[in-house]
Amino acid sequence: MRLGLVYLTVIIIAACGLGYELVAGALSSYLLGDSVTQFSLTIGLYLFAMGIGAWLSRYVQRNLVSRFVDIELAVALAGGTSAMVLHLAHGRGIWFRPVLYGEIVLIGTLVGLEIPLLMRILKDELDFRELVAQVLSLDYVGALVVSLSFPLLFVPNLGVVKSAIAFGLVNAAVGLWSTWIFAQRLGAVGWLRAKSLAVIGVLAACLWGADAFTGRLEGLMYGDEVVLAKSTPYQRIVVTSNERGFQLYLNGALQFASADEYRYHEALVHPAFVARPQARRVLVLGGGDGLAVREILKHPQVERVTLVDIDPEMTRLAREYEPLVTLNARALHDPRVELVHEDALGWLATRRGLHDIAIVDFPDPSHYAIGKLYTAAFYQRLTENLAPDGVMAIQSTSPLFARRAFWCIVRTVESAQLTALPYHVFLPSFGEWGFVLAARQQLSVPKAANGELISGLRYLDGPTLSALFHLGPDMQPVPVEPNRLDEQRLVRYYEEDWRELD
Amino acid sequence: MSSTDSGFPRRTLLAGGLSAAGAWWLGSGCRRTPSITGSFAGPDMSRGHQLLDGAPPTAGPERDVPVAILGGGIAGLSAAWRLARAGFHDFELHELESRIGGTSVSGSNAISAYPWGAHYLPVPVREQRAVCELLEELGLLQGFDARGRALIPETALVRAPQSRLFYMGSWSEGLYCIDGASREDLVQWERFEQRMREFAERRDEQGRPWFALPLARCSPDARALELDRISFAQWLAGEGFDSPRLLWMAEYACRDDYGCSHRETSAWAGIFYFASREASSGASDSEFLTWPEGNAFLAEALARHAQGRIRTGALIRRIEPRDGIVRVESSAGALRCEQAICALPRFVLQRVLDGLEAERGRFRYSPWVTANLSLSGTPASRGASLAWDNVLHESESLGYVVATHQSDRTDPRSVWTWYRPLVQSDVAATRQALLRSRWEDWRDEVMRDLSRAHPDLDRHVQQIDVWRWAHAMVRPEPGFRTDPVRQVAAQPRGRLYFAHTDLSGLSLFEEAQWQGVRAAESVLSARGIPFESWSGI
Repeated sequence: MRLGLVYLTVIIIAACGLGYELVAGALSSYLLGDSVTQFSLTIGLYLFAMGIGAWLSRYVQRNLVSRFVDIELAVALAGGTSAMVLHLAHGRGIWFRPVLYGEIVLIGTLVGLEIPLLMRILKDELDFRELVAQVLSLDYVGALVVSLSFPLLFVPNLGVVKSAIAFGLVNAAVGLWSTWIFAQRLGAVGWLRAKSLAVIGVLAACLWGADAFTGRLEGLMYGDEVVLAKSTPYQRIVVTSNERGFQLYLNGALQFASADEYRYHEALVHPAFVARPQARRVLVLGGGDGLAVREILKHPQVERVTLVDIDPEMTRLAREYEPLVTLNARALHDPRVELVHEDALGWLATRRGLHDIAIVDFPDPSHYAIGKLYTAAFYQRLTENLAPDGVMAIQSTSPLFARRAFWCIVRTVESAQLTALPYHVFLPSFGEWGFVLAARQQLSVPKAANGELISGLRYLDGPTLSALFHLGPDMQPVPVEPNRLDEQRLVRYYEEDWRELD
Repeated sequence: MSSTDSGFPRRTLLAGGLSAAGAWWLGSGCRRTPSITGSFAGPDMSRGHQLLDGAPPTAGPERDVPVAILGGGIAGLSAAWRLARAGFHDFELHELESRIGGTSVSGSNAISAYPWGAHYLPVPVREQRAVCELLEELGLLQGFDARGRALIPETALVRAPQSRLFYMGSWSEGLYCIDGASREDLVQWERFEQRMREFAERRDEQGRPWFALPLARCSPDARALELDRISFAQWLAGEGFDSPRLLWMAEYACRDDYGCSHRETSAWAGIFYFASREASSGASDSEFLTWPEGNAFLAEALARHAQGRIRTGALIRRIEPRDGIVRVESSAGALRCEQAICALPRFVLQRVLDGLEAERGRFRYSPWVTANLSLSGTPASRGASLAWDNVLHESESLGYVVATHQSDRTDPRSVWTWYRPLVQSDVAATRQALLRSRWEDWRDEVMRDLSRAHPDLDRHVQQIDVWRWAHAMVRPEPGFRTDPVRQVAAQPRGRLYFAHTDLSGLSLFEEAQWQGVRAAESVLSARGIPFESWSGI
């Protein structure tokens, strides 16, 4: 028996053992949040389970080496697949915690068996004093190696799922090579080697399929069936479906649910038309789904709609994806509609003619690339493309959940020398949602002529329209600074508001 | 090779080899083989070296040129700009390179324009009159707010996010990494910032600030000059600063602005980096103007005033101030000048002007390497999203700046400008090694450096062009500011006036521009042309 190789084995199994613990800790804190609690629970439970394993080792009496190989293979399978299993469980919701703690106890127990068995295998080779010193010190070396390489090398390069599989492959390899190292202590090795190769095969297959698996996870994350998923250079578009209809997500954030989007889009579009009933030239920024355009085209006097959306894939879906085409009433096939695929801020830098109404429907300002579309510079450029009496309606996130972000948008509009008139709507799938009407002139609360709006609306009527402009005490202004290109405060407000809500 | 030049890139390449091997081992093994094109861009070294080889004499008859400006960097261009803005156009500007700009030159390709050197300008204060005049001329200054801060159009300022730092495997916003900092780190950082604020507000009896740009505005107070006698590292140690994060920040600052280590930068210059910015912006977050092509934008704006009066590819061989005139031998002709403004760096000037023996070796220059990476898409990164200035903590480079940061377009392609000061003490040996280095060495060095933060970088990089700056900037080492030789060097010699950042040790746009404006205003005075001073003389 070559002791050098045995020592290397100790380092490797110690490293893998801790590796699984880190995988469980990382995933639980990532998926459940509250990392202090999750890491603390994971470490405690895992160490306790290792104790169980150590205690159970007394019941292993014969065939120590082949049992050791079996345990290596079991660790390899359980640990290697642990990240995939945990992800699957998380998708199922309520089962996550039982599965998480079950995995931790199972792997911990198996890992706890390893070192006691190995020490007993080696007890005839070394005297006790030497044995304990060597094995335990190397055990800790292995722990150090993995605790450094896990965050620095494994996770950045492989991700958690593949890292776990990689640890599993190493454990299985240890099982396989043990049949050589301890060959003289084993009888027939054929069966053990076959089992090892089978486990390696399974894990290699997992590694091969890991990327596809990660993709499938998405469906579980959304809770509903994913019926369409596309990555474009600008965003990830996902459509899910359930019994209430379908939902569109951009980068994981819900954009609309077919069941109640009419409330949102009627509130986004029609107040501006009540303020400027003669509007003929309309600009839509964002809103590639065509739903705002659908509302705009209900006004017969509209002659031209220019839709600027950065992502051609989004407007392609709006023109071709059947459920969406139905929902937007073929709006993007209307000859009055012109499509432009450019960054809105860049597009507005050149004067594009004067518009009577601009509908600004961007995703929430959750990062800088979108935050720049909510800056004073943006509204200034937009104003230059607006008729002197033009009006803009701006999607402005939730005045209730992201109150500072909402009022930051209002203040930004005002800092661009515009008057702002905030309003809100309630949507079952979003909650309270906010908008801002803005214009060069003083704006008063839009009142429908004769108290009536155009026909064909499901949500808005005269009295409802007036009610939109009343913000209750919990949505009243808070002190905030405007958003500027060089200092995007809005992104921070938005982030902090939502974090406080969690 | 001697051991002195092992400072780069061999040692770094060895370390790079190890980490690259590690990355390969962990990676999926299906990385594409790099097929990165590129070459050395940069100054034509043979041109300047003609001076060393004894070039043939100037051909052609001597011409009368009322005013000659020698050197087309920011100082020379600013002199031309100042003369032209005062209505005086009888001058000629001679520049060695084929294009003007000095260290504010740029390049461009199908993706974007990009800088090869200086690339931003801090928002000025009202006292920086010449900077304000230039920005106003360019429509970039719309007045001052109630607190005296310049009003700059939002679109001209560096957009958020301004900077991020790669540390411990991921990016975080800002340059000081708060995540994982110990209590002691944060206490020291706060105390350091407080000290810098005090320095920024420090005034002498006459109300002159200790730290301001241009240098001429700074107080000559003996207590301030004390700081020139020790290194920034010694000052930090003396103040009890030993937080590794803080020392990193100090080292980064010195490498960034001066190209040398904080152990070789004077405490005065080290503090200047922090305190002058604090004072100029008046806010906690400094604000900067930037352009895709960097400060070449400003160089070209200045040069527009000298249109038709610039001779490029002109090697100055000899400058002789005598008998009330200045004779200039340039490869673009021999000139008889009533006045001349010499905006050449001192290491060149020492070879063409007599009587400078005393200053040999007193001006030491940091070599730099700049690389521009053309990218087909955005490489992945963990943590904070791509900023304008992207700095790596454990790196000998300063990281990279994104040339397309200010643009609004859908094109995912970009150009990143990577900066690497060569901070070794033995500048001569480092310079020799730099001139011997191959393009491939720098391609590998850039990829090694940035791949740690962007594992898939090789999938996006198409081209890496490299510029070697043998004398990028003068080093403000301890004793430099108070060196009498430096003060003598700035004095006019007869009708020859000097303008260059070498004379101050601060290689910054505001300083270079002030030097040029001051020399031009001396010429205007000598010629009896009325003007309103922008240099405060």
